[in-house]
Amino acid sequence: MSTADVALAPGPDEAAALPEPGRAPGAFGRFFRSELWLIFGRRRNWAGGLVLASVPLLIAVVVKVSGSGGGDTFVFAEITHNGLFVALAALTVELPFFLPIAVSAIAGDAVAGEANLGTLRYLLVTPVDRARLVLVKLGGITLFTLAATVLIAVVGAAAGLALFGGGTFTTLSGTSLGFAAGLGRLALVCGYLTLCLTGLGAVGLFISTLTEQPIGAGITLLALTVVSQILDQLSQVAAIHPYLPTHFWLDYAEVLRDPLDVGALGPGAASALAYVAIFTAAAWARFSTADVSA
Amino acid sequence: MTVATGLAVATEGLTKRFRSGQLAVDGIDLRVPHGAVYGFLGPNGSGKTTTIRMLLGLLRPTAGTASLLGQPMPQGAALALPRVGALVEGPAFHPYLSGWHNLMRLDAADRTARASAAEDRVRGALDRVGLAAAAGKRYRHYSLGMRQRLGIAAALLRPRELLVLDEPTNGLDPQGTREVRGLLVELAGAGTTVVLSSHLLSEVEQVCTHVGVMHRGRLVAQDTLAGLHARGASRAVVGTPRPAVAAAVLDRLGLADVVVHPPGATAELGDHAPQDVVAALVHADVPVTEFRVSGAGLEDLFVSLTGEGFDVNG
Repeated sequence: MSTADVALAPGPDEAAALPEPGRAPGAFGRFFRSELWLIFGRRRNWAGGLVLASVPLLIAVVVKVSGSGGGDTFVFAEITHNGLFVALAALTVELPFFLPIAVSAIAGDAVAGEANLGTLRYLLVTPVDRARLVLVKLGGITLFTLAATVLIAVVGAAAGLALFGGGTFTTLSGTSLGFAAGLGRLALVCGYLTLCLTGLGAVGLFISTLTEQPIGAGITLLALTVVSQILDQLSQVAAIHPYLPTHFWLDYAEVLRDPLDVGALGPGAASALAYVAIFTAAAWARFSTADVSA
Repeated sequence: MTVATGLAVATEGLTKRFRSGQLAVDGIDLRVPHGAVYGFLGPNGSGKTTTIRMLLGLLRPTAGTASLLGQPMPQGAALALPRVGALVEGPAFHPYLSGWHNLMRLDAADRTARASAAEDRVRGALDRVGLAAAAGKRYRHYSLGMRQRLGIAAALLRPRELLVLDEPTNGLDPQGTREVRGLLVELAGAGTTVVLSSHLLSEVEQVCTHVGVMHRGRLVAQDTLAGLHARGASRAVVGTPRPAVAAAVLDRLGLADVVVHPPGATAELGDHAPQDVVAALVHADVPVTEFRVSGAGLEDLFVSLTGEGFDVNG
């Protein structure tokens, strides 16, 4: 056995060894998992998840009891034909406000929450590189966003299929799809909305580096989301519409056309990625030199 | 070799002026030798915590430099900080996580820590501060003393070359204070350098080898404990028409630094009881016209240096 083997062999002595400057294998993954534990192990976030999940149940039950209404939009009208549309309907109604609330709560908490508790200073003296912390926080926001979207979709699909079955999946173009294809379209919608909401989350991450008040950061992000949606309604400012963070969100409906044109999601995806890149960089620039006095 | 590399902590003209204009730390030159237990003293608000935050790379100095274990801060944080355990301005943890999970979180954040020994490290640290039984309890249900212990456990997650502990016995009962003091003595005995900040002289006096005193952002004294003792030592002052004889008696009793100072003599009282000194003088037929003890130890020196007791500097 060489000395290198001895040095690498895990054992009880390891806990007593002085820290080496080198990086332990899988260190980033371990820190990231601890971040997820922090988000998904928190009761507050489970309560938020319950609220998100209750909407598709509400929709499914109401439609089951009362049937489709005359003035229903496409996704709502299709619910009685295919239960998967409960998921799409729930995502549609939660997109303007409920999902942004969830993202705001998590993104606002990202850095400001740790600063508010004082845990930020202990992370930094551990030491956690500030750029690494920003990336881990962004990763946490992304996975939470994915989880929130998928939760709504899964609960909606399950409730819908149970109450209405998985019949014909009619597209906006009027064609019919098989069950598996319909499920694929739903997954694509989830992916697209996750990306859009992560763009918003990156803005929240940046705001979160500006303050020690997580609630304030979250409310600021939520207010920005609402303002963006209002501006998007005003034709007078049409010139800025493509730059608004919420502008392309409803493009997910393109997924419901036949044949599928994924390219239609391009502008929204590009916009979201630009928001992620710009605001993650801004968060890093602001945070990397910030005095941490909390 | 620069001065900095021979010291565990060294600063040159370290200064912090906050955006509000307040000069919190004003050009201090800290010198903490390897292996020292350095008592960092000063009233609340004198700049101790701001200094510690700069040492640990949390705040950027307005001017001056700081080095920690030979690394410039904050640039060398990644190299220096894994070897440093710190308790800064009280413990801070996630209230809805248990003590165990809070330490696991900090351990996971340390990129130099191998995952395979994480549980051993956390268990060891909790054992060390007597929190093993409360490991599964949520932090929000911890008492002030338990929170402080958890903060110390976090600093001890790994073997450290340097511990920077800001008011570590805050909120502890006398028993807990004694345990922490014992722990520090044990760690220092094993060669760990310790920087211990406190506004209580009595707290550091028993464990420190070196002392630095802060007052309104300035380091007004820095010395070994013995050196500081000498400055603040009580002296026996004898008034007598026969100073030479009195001095001889003081010398024979073993008092240090005997000085003939007509009309009398003075010497460092040390451990000697004043009444024994007077008895010896009278016994030697020294006509004593006056006897008094001047200066009353470090406490008085501390107060004279900082100009106040426990008042907060505005």
